[in-house]
Amino acid sequence: MISLSINGRMREVSAAPETPLLWVLREHLELTGTTYGCGIAACGACTVHIDGQPARACATPLAAAAGKSVITIEGLPGGDGHPLVKAWVAEQAPQCGYCQSGQIMQAAALLASNPKPTRQQIVAHMDGNICRCGSYGQIISAIERASKGA
Amino acid sequence: MTTMPSSFRPSRRAVLAGGAGLSLAFAIGAETGQAQTAAAAAGRVNAYVTILPDGTITIMAPAPEMGQATNTALPLIIAEELDADWSKVQILTAPVNDAFNHPVFRSQFVVASLTTRAYWMPLRTAGAQARRVLLDAVAARWSVPVTELTTEPSMVVHAASSRRISFGDVAAFAVAPATLPEIKPTDLKPVSSFRLIGKDVPRWDVPGKSTGRTRYAIDVKVPGMVYGVLARAPVMGASVKSHNGDDLRKIAGVTHVIPMSAGIAIVADRMETALAARAALKAEWNAAAGSTYDSSRGLAAYLAAVRDPASKAITGRKTGEAEDALKAAVKVISGEFSTDYVTHAQMEPLNAVASVSADGVEIWVGTQWPTRVRDDAAKIAGVTPDKVKVNMMPMGGGFGRRAHTEYANEAVEVSKAVGKPVKLISTREDDMANSHVRPMTAHKIDVGLDASGKVTGWKHRIAADLVVPNLYGMARLDAQKGVDHIVMAHADVPSYDIPAHLAEHIYQDSGVRTAAWRGIGAGPNAFAIEAMIDELAKNAGQDPLAYRLALLKDPRAKAVVQAAADMAEWSRRREGATLGLAFARLGVPQLGEAMSAVVAETMLDRATGKIRVSKLWCAADVGLPVQPGNIVHQIRGSLIWGLSSALIERITFKNGAVEQTNYTDYPVLRMSEMPDIEVRVLRSGDIPMPVGELALGAVIPAVSNAIATMTGKRLRNAPFTTARVQEALKG
Repeated sequence: MISLSINGRMREVSAAPETPLLWVLREHLELTGTTYGCGIAACGACTVHIDGQPARACATPLAAAAGKSVITIEGLPGGDGHPLVKAWVAEQAPQCGYCQSGQIMQAAALLASNPKPTRQQIVAHMDGNICRCGSYGQIISAIERASKGA
Repeated sequence: MTTMPSSFRPSRRAVLAGGAGLSLAFAIGAETGQAQTAAAAAGRVNAYVTILPDGTITIMAPAPEMGQATNTALPLIIAEELDADWSKVQILTAPVNDAFNHPVFRSQFVVASLTTRAYWMPLRTAGAQARRVLLDAVAARWSVPVTELTTEPSMVVHAASSRRISFGDVAAFAVAPATLPEIKPTDLKPVSSFRLIGKDVPRWDVPGKSTGRTRYAIDVKVPGMVYGVLARAPVMGASVKSHNGDDLRKIAGVTHVIPMSAGIAIVADRMETALAARAALKAEWNAAAGSTYDSSRGLAAYLAAVRDPASKAITGRKTGEAEDALKAAVKVISGEFSTDYVTHAQMEPLNAVASVSADGVEIWVGTQWPTRVRDDAAKIAGVTPDKVKVNMMPMGGGFGRRAHTEYANEAVEVSKAVGKPVKLISTREDDMANSHVRPMTAHKIDVGLDASGKVTGWKHRIAADLVVPNLYGMARLDAQKGVDHIVMAHADVPSYDIPAHLAEHIYQDSGVRTAAWRGIGAGPNAFAIEAMIDELAKNAGQDPLAYRLALLKDPRAKAVVQAAADMAEWSRRREGATLGLAFARLGVPQLGEAMSAVVAETMLDRATGKIRVSKLWCAADVGLPVQPGNIVHQIRGSLIWGLSSALIERITFKNGAVEQTNYTDYPVLRMSEMPDIEVRVLRSGDIPMPVGELALGAVIPAVSNAIATMTGKRLRNAPFTTARVQEALKG
């Protein structure tokens, strides 16, 4: 058994220590908002926060998250009322939607460390997250909206 | 409407089967008898609209959803004619049932950007019919002529007596007649009085997709479910020669290693175990037809095929006598172009959950063709289609890949073999190895000019693998007299004043898996055609904009070209950047076409050969825009797809196998590479035209045209990799 904090709650997981955190979240704990895109930290779809830092769950062994605090999209404070979620809805950002949890978690990490990012800083921070539908423009607008508290 | 009803939660059935309120059955685009039988057998109510006494109006979204937002646009069309208060509308994902079939394709099937266009009149009629049932019920109740009744949002109004009654209150007593009232086109709302269409309502699926609540097929978990992966033959049609299944079965948790026709399935009690066993699989495959294929040699052979007048060709598009015109021409201008293989690389790898039991089959799958999944599953499981329940899940990207349904069939096969529900997923690497590619294309265009420089004939030869047999089967190709409409899409030039035109397909067969890919043939064909138009302008010593406006005869085409040029301030010179222009259509002649023009502001680092597109302007005539904001988002996405395929996307084959493995070696456009994009939506007429793939085809030629204007060198082979650009600059 490996213990870790998921969205503020201690969870015991019966899985091998090398199991990617992604599959622990998705299949063991049924937190499916964190999605599988590439498995090699190349697309950002599985972005979560580990001790406040953005991390790719697909490339994080369970053992590396043991004893740490993991926040997934489901644990984003305020849920639908979170400024980024509100901004995502206002900008109608998602298309197929599959990458958007990772986009939002990546954006949340940016705003936590830099509440008023420039557009350049937004693009630099978000560039590891692929959106195949091409919703990048809406994502930038949504982050800018959230950073303005609009 | 902000909830995300999964199609397998009990709430929906409770609403449908509960009997409270007014439920109206419409069989649209389906043989009524068949639809009714299917509905009755499956125990479902066949209905688009249900109105509850509390005023809630549920409307079915019949089309598979992959990000194009027809799950909002289609119910909106019904709500408009019903005169529903949109805030009281709940959208539900329709079951897979012939009653919800696409009116043109006669199945639940999303391709060719034809969803809103094809459902348009049937759904308007359905909405008007539902409204009429409410009016008839009130007229009878109040003993007033139905002609004196009007509606306001979710209200029936009798002005003469100042009486009003809500739809919910009507639903409490109204009974749908056995024969629904007939609605004539003249009974429909005038387009000028639309309240909802053209005004932008929020997409109903956005809150779920912004919180991680939306469930895709890959998220489904059912009791007793096991996990499967499938190692497919790297070459299409290759069978298994040997594998280390005996070793894999020794891994704790691995329950099955199953050789199948498509490859080797590995089943385990946990996802991570299945993936670990997949990584440990060692397999050898027998040779197949494509086993020696190498795409670097292929391109040269395809170009040779279009150059060789003796190559056997199928006539795909023809107007007048182009060959005669070319023979009589004073001057012939020729150009050659090519596009490489590209793959979909949709973010959600292909997957399905299937459960084959004594009762039948249940499948959870994101697919563009759920009725086909149902019918194929019935054959695999040996049951009738009514024993198959397909849960239509939202797709994490489709783009044509999910029009092919083999991954659902494979899940059914594996579930049948293990006797348990199974979630069968492709790893990203397996997904890419199993790429169903847009075929590589080589083009040669010959254009005949008369003494005055007027275009008299246009001949376009295209060498490419077939797609139609891989998607629809050989019978369909035969029925179309050999014309592969996917490869040949928009290979004609009807918008231009060109009296004689011929487009031919020289079949190639490299043994690779081919597919519809966003825009289908319209992408490669528009590249060749629109680059050629610029070559003609250059030959005539004219500005490409002026030349196009003079040669175009279709006023809608002229309007989008002029609008895009105006947006870009075409005649203003830029420091360090050059503009390129192109035009692209989308649609089918019988149903009408959308028109688009793109201007690309393009920069080039001559030392490295790196192209940067800093801005794209797009003017798009989409007929009647139903959801204008969403249309802008769809076109932005289409432009980004076009640019990605213009600059970086490329699948290569070695020994018949895809060489790329993941987003690392198959890069797709990222945020930092995205240009500024400005889209202007133009309205024309009262019918919505195709949108989802519009403008994609104009991007590649717009970039090639910009570089040609800048350097005098023509980029002829997409994608325009740095190596190819450097090569072109030398030449």
